[in-house]
Amino acid sequence: MTGPDGAVLELRDVHRTHGGGEAAVHALRGVSLAVRPGELVAVMGPSGSGKSTLLTLAGGLDRPTAGEVLVEGAALGTLDGRRLARLRRRRIGYVFQDLNLLGSLTAAENVALPLELDGVGVRQARRAALAALEEVGLDGLGGRFPDQMSGGQQQRVAIARALVGERRLVLADEPTGALDSQTGEAVLHLLRRRVDAGAAGVLVTHEARHAGWADRVVFLRDGVMVDSTAPLAGVEHLLSGIGR
Amino acid sequence: MSIRHGLLALLERGQMYGYQLRAAFEESTGSTWPLNIGQVYTTLNRLERDGLVRSLPEHEGGQRPYEITDAGRADLALWFVTPISRNDRPRDELSIKLALALTTPGVDVRAVVQTQRGATMRTLQELTRLKYTSDRPEDLPWRLVLDAMMFQAEAEIRWLDHCETSLVRHRPAAPTARSGSPPEVVERADEEAHR
Repeated sequence: MTGPDGAVLELRDVHRTHGGGEAAVHALRGVSLAVRPGELVAVMGPSGSGKSTLLTLAGGLDRPTAGEVLVEGAALGTLDGRRLARLRRRRIGYVFQDLNLLGSLTAAENVALPLELDGVGVRQARRAALAALEEVGLDGLGGRFPDQMSGGQQQRVAIARALVGERRLVLADEPTGALDSQTGEAVLHLLRRRVDAGAAGVLVTHEARHAGWADRVVFLRDGVMVDSTAPLAGVEHLLSGIGR
Repeated sequence: MSIRHGLLALLERGQMYGYQLRAAFEESTGSTWPLNIGQVYTTLNRLERDGLVRSLPEHEGGQRPYEITDAGRADLALWFVTPISRNDRPRDELSIKLALALTTPGVDVRAVVQTQRGATMRTLQELTRLKYTSDRPEDLPWRLVLDAMMFQAEAEIRWLDHCETSLVRHRPAAPTARSGSPPEVVERADEEAHR
């Protein structure tokens, strides 16, 4: 299900202000953005530009001061707590820099957890978790605990957890964290592949190299969207231009 | 760089004639540096004049192969061990353009920065797409050339971000020579930043 114009995520003139009066901090000021299925949008900007605020609003983890956030056509502001929580569990995957893996659960249990919380049977959740782990190249490692895995593998578990089930919207905040460039690239490749398979993705990053994986890049500064690149068409013209 | 050293490196693999050299050159640079056949022959003539290659008798098909000489090998080896000086590279048009934009009345410098950043970002997106569609082992030389172009694009974007931040903080000196003409360029950039 998508919004009226096909967007999985839509921000309409969204403002987020912390505090009031003289001391008010305007984290976002009138940001509008639509992300469609199969589209990965990168949000770039320096620290304090509002990137992460945008992501927490998009994921329903925070509410805008003004404006609307719609996920698959549903205005998050109109949902009660229970329905919002269900939407977050079922439809939205999050990948944060801080992985938030539970150390007392195995990789497969970590990935299955959101499904189990959602009432999916243990066996079915486990099957879906193993499939998600296979998708990120960790088949056979589902029984390991996080501290038995490398940093790159743990990050892949976190990605699998974000992709498990039928997540239509994947939100990633600096998902390559402190990973070396090769491992970081593999993580972005996974994100890209899931979006190519039909999800909508938002990638917050301050690194141009990571934003390069996106179809469209928007630039935030002081809570305002100052610029954005046009959607990337096919690269066939480039390929023919250089004889490939 | 020189096309000279490119051709010498290719001839180190074995003798070749002009069209073969052109094809091999483009193959090894991922076709990011197209050559015309005239450039190839001009370069070969100079290399022969300098004693770095020698031409061999023509084939029946009228193609004249070239081979590298010992002096050519020595020159090539020297090239590989010598770092390339930044001074030998062409002047950076973009930095000069921005410097001029700052001092030319009526130019919206911030717009110049943003337009360039958008264009460079787009190039980076396209390069990334190309890179991840070519993952065969034999594509490695070409992927490394792409990587170089990606790192350059990334560096340019970082520099443009830096320029944008500097513009926001910039307080122009009071006009001196032409008193009464306001430094409107920078003020406009400032207003936009604080909007």
